[in-house]
Amino acid sequence: MGQNNQQTTSTPPSGAGGIVIINYGAGNIQSIKFAIQRLGYEAVLSDNVEEIINADKVIFPGVGEASSAMKKLKSTGLDKLIPTLKQPVLGICLGMQLMCNYCEEGDTKGLGIFDVDVVKFSNTMKVPQIGWNEIYNLKSELFEGIAENEYMYLVHSYYVPLNDEAIATTEYGIKYASALQKDNFYGVQFHPEKSGDVGEQILKNFLNFKL
Amino acid sequence: MLTKRIIPCLDIKNGRTVKGVNFVDLRDAGDPVELAEIYAQNGADELVFLDISATEEKRKTLAELVMRVAQKINIPFTVGGGISSVEDVELLLNSGADKVSINSSAVKNPQLINELAAKFGSQCIVVAIDAKQIDGEWLVHLVGGKVPTNIKLFDWAKEVEQRGAGEILFTSMDHDGTKNGFANVALAKLGTLVNIPIIASGGAGNMQHFVETFLMGKADAALAASVFHFKEIEIMDLKQELKNNNIEVRI
Repeated sequence: MGQNNQQTTSTPPSGAGGIVIINYGAGNIQSIKFAIQRLGYEAVLSDNVEEIINADKVIFPGVGEASSAMKKLKSTGLDKLIPTLKQPVLGICLGMQLMCNYCEEGDTKGLGIFDVDVVKFSNTMKVPQIGWNEIYNLKSELFEGIAENEYMYLVHSYYVPLNDEAIATTEYGIKYASALQKDNFYGVQFHPEKSGDVGEQILKNFLNFKL
Repeated sequence: MLTKRIIPCLDIKNGRTVKGVNFVDLRDAGDPVELAEIYAQNGADELVFLDISATEEKRKTLAELVMRVAQKINIPFTVGGGISSVEDVELLLNSGADKVSINSSAVKNPQLINELAAKFGSQCIVVAIDAKQIDGEWLVHLVGGKVPTNIKLFDWAKEVEQRGAGEILFTSMDHDGTKNGFANVALAKLGTLVNIPIIASGGAGNMQHFVETFLMGKADAALAASVFHFKEIEIMDLKQELKNNNIEVRI
């Protein structure tokens, strides 16, 4: 469980567009930026359409409430842009949830990239789920080098039910999808930027995807 | 399964750790970032930074520290101490804190919990409650447990949940510093009354105390300071002991 503190310098993973973190005023963007720096890369925060289109990798973060986050996306036109992106896109936490068809939170219509509805955890469990939980049934190159049942840090009240696009499963009262993939779009419910070395490896895998 | 969390707490004054720490491998025992890194390496699940300084410069110093911590450590951390407004919280979250903890300001202005939860989401709002038993009744105390109120612990816990708190950090002033174990009876009762995670704090003295607070107190997480700072308990040893007692932990 050591840490990766070596500030190695590297060129961006591929191409010239670099890594863009979509900045729409939602949540803890600094943590993702810092995690990428710890891996030796640089990321820029941007809400600029051109910059996002030309990026090699796009990270779509999000912490907070679904309907207000969606309002912010709509106000800048990013809701139209994101589903059309061609490069690898990684939605994290609420970012992933907003990429789904619908979020029960705030009765919010999502971006419709993932064909599934986001629903609330049952009251038989403590809500929000906060803490470290296992991911298993790993089915994507996103998890290359990651063992089954590693622990990831999660904090959320709504979840994505298991579906055909699930690439990781987690159990909290029920089994649910803790990661999704469809074509170039990836989503993780956990916070790779806060999940120790294993989480950083997942981020690194994403950043190293070849176009 | 979701694991039980072990959370070391660092007291911060003017950007430096206070209270003694006894880490031979530290270059600078006062640097919170260095200590945080060691805890992250040694298996801590989360960290809490409690700012106890009261200077004019406080906000800026704390935000700078939060940013340095966020740059270096790859586990979640909470910042608390003297937070009293939406602006305070915004600054800390934008600096890289994952959660904030509010205490006295929530008692004085309960609406603050609603405002913070609406703006930032419940998941990053921890309400810290310090309480002490007076004539058999658990009463909420302010100013680090020094000033009693008439507010009943269990009523207040239900109210903060209803107002949007995502987590409760409960410190028993009767147990804090005694090293005689956590307030497991009160914790277990809290667990039946609210449906958000509860962090137990106050009274950790040995590994068995952690076992008890998870099994008897039904806590979701346990916080301690001196037993970790003075290396009386190594976090990995503690987690192994918890595992031996069939308590789910991240090892």
